[in-house]
Amino acid sequence: MIDTALVLAILVSALRTATPLIFAALGELVVEKSGCVNLGVEGMMLVGAVAGFAIGLTTGNFALAFLVGALAGAALSLVYGVLVLFLMVNQYAAGLALTILGGGASAFWGQRWQGQNMRGLQPVEMPGLSQLPVVGSVFTRLDIMVYVALAAAALIAWALLRTRLGLVLRAVGENHDSAHALGFSVIRVRFAAIAFGGAMAGIGGAYLSCVITPLWIEGMTAGRGWIAVALVVFATWKPGRVVLGAWLFGLVSVMQIHGQGLGLAVPSHILAMLPYLVTILVLVLISRDATRIRLAAPGSLGKAFRPTA
Amino acid sequence: MPLRLVPRLAPSRLALYGAPLLAVAATVVFGYVLFLAIGRDPLTALHAYFIAPVNSRFGLSEWLLTALPLTLIGLGLAVGFRANVWNIGAEGQLLLGAIGGGAVALALWREGVPGTFLLVCIAGALAGMAWAAIPAFLRTRFNANEILTSLMLIYVADQLLGYLVHGALRNPQGFGFPESRLFSAEAIMPNLLSGTRLHVGWLLVPLAVLAMWFLMSRTVTGFRLQVSGEAAGAAAYAGFSQKRMVWLSFLLTGGLAGVVGAMEVAGPVGQLLPEISPGYGFAAIIVAFLGRLSPVGVLLAAHLLALILIGGENVQMLGVPVAVAQLFQGVLLVALLASDVLVRYRVVRLGRLGRGSA
Repeated sequence: MIDTALVLAILVSALRTATPLIFAALGELVVEKSGCVNLGVEGMMLVGAVAGFAIGLTTGNFALAFLVGALAGAALSLVYGVLVLFLMVNQYAAGLALTILGGGASAFWGQRWQGQNMRGLQPVEMPGLSQLPVVGSVFTRLDIMVYVALAAAALIAWALLRTRLGLVLRAVGENHDSAHALGFSVIRVRFAAIAFGGAMAGIGGAYLSCVITPLWIEGMTAGRGWIAVALVVFATWKPGRVVLGAWLFGLVSVMQIHGQGLGLAVPSHILAMLPYLVTILVLVLISRDATRIRLAAPGSLGKAFRPTA
Repeated sequence: MPLRLVPRLAPSRLALYGAPLLAVAATVVFGYVLFLAIGRDPLTALHAYFIAPVNSRFGLSEWLLTALPLTLIGLGLAVGFRANVWNIGAEGQLLLGAIGGGAVALALWREGVPGTFLLVCIAGALAGMAWAAIPAFLRTRFNANEILTSLMLIYVADQLLGYLVHGALRNPQGFGFPESRLFSAEAIMPNLLSGTRLHVGWLLVPLAVLAMWFLMSRTVTGFRLQVSGEAAGAAAYAGFSQKRMVWLSFLLTGGLAGVVGAMEVAGPVGQLLPEISPGYGFAAIIVAFLGRLSPVGVLLAAHLLALILIGGENVQMLGVPVAVAQLFQGVLLVALLASDVLVRYRVVRLGRLGRGSA
């Protein structure tokens, strides 16, 4: 018999583990809705992680830490923006370059804090929800950013479907030539989307270094940026499904920590493979139906846009 | 904006070969400014980075030794990239090569079979190919994006190696340290140059460059690869199988990365450790791009990237974080991609756009 306390503990860690993925994948979703694939999420998360950690450690002000993490991610994403939007660089290549650059830059500047830890962002008690029977204690053990991530998902879903801004973004992503002919600035919209994606990846990275494992280790994202990219495909470009997907990954990821408690006699190295194997599995399941992917993906995704006249 | 890009009718050959040089120059300038910014004398630091490590016979041999994996993997990737197949997981295929080769070396540990190292290399190649076959299969059978699957498999391979050196392949007399036995003498790559760590595996470098040149410019398969990458529609119309190109690209790179992994553990390392590669699989991506996807270009680019890797180790003496090597790699790739714009586009002032080109 598995006891309730363990189930609740797993739930709490799964929700926390999913949070950086939600931030990063939502950002990437907006970028892809504008028609660009940015494979540099891993790099942007890393610079966000090191910047957020530096601020959290020196000031203890986590609002500032997340802000600076977002700025760091956005700053790095500008490199991608310039390469892809102005210099017509292949999007895959530019994203890979960003991952390598972000990994190098974060490891270089983060050397002085390598392996240091700090007292991370503390949980808050959610009024109302924490009074619920059985599961109430979950809502005393989560930090504010878990809720912010969910609010962001709702806000982005609403903005994409119900606002003029969302409509313009989708128009640019679906058919950049038509959008251009209608008088929208494809470059400006995409640049803004890319910077937003960078900021969200930065926040996701800062969440890792400020909350989940409040410490800095180089390369600490360990592929989460890539999982975020996969999540967008998995979610067929829908914000709500990004959240569901991230929760699934959160649950799979924490098996490594809670495996023993659940009596799973599987070595920890094998459990640590699970998130990556599950990513591959869901990619296969979702990509099998090529038509479905083609219909769901933004029409101009991955294509270069060169303004004429 | 006062400047506009206008496509060229044919790629500029000057820019094609000039862009890598421009990118290298930009990286060195970046290094100069970076060292200045962190309070090191830039010229001393650049000397320590790019000259001192290779300023001796031993240093030169280490340079060749580091360029070996980069050349082999870079050649494989270049073939794939030409066919527009994005294998980003060479690092994982390398790790599997290390595991496969290492397993054979450990299995034959007390047999004393002469030439075991050859079996180690073959096992490494097969293991690397098997690992590369997974994303190839998932792409051709299920349409799954090979970038993401091959990348995910790096982390799986990393955990697999960790699992094995903590368990089945751990040295029974190793006091519980996560490492295998030292391989027997027969399993170690024979030395090529006394007083150095350079081994016979290096002979594969000229062989592979020649073979790749032959494949790409003298065979129908090379032509098909090229057409598939540059004009998928034309390739399909001509009846070239896209699936075969995916398989070929992955198996080739997987095999080369696997051999590299096996030679790494049977060469300088001599045993299985949890950490095998300083990111050869990723650096090789830059090698392929910087080398313009051509065999000789890859050879040259591999030696530059090898210099960046060794130099990073060397400037640690000056208190510069070793991560500077990865930072330089990133800057180099960004600079290269940025300079590449000159290959396909002319920069024209907006006012003059109207005549002839628009």
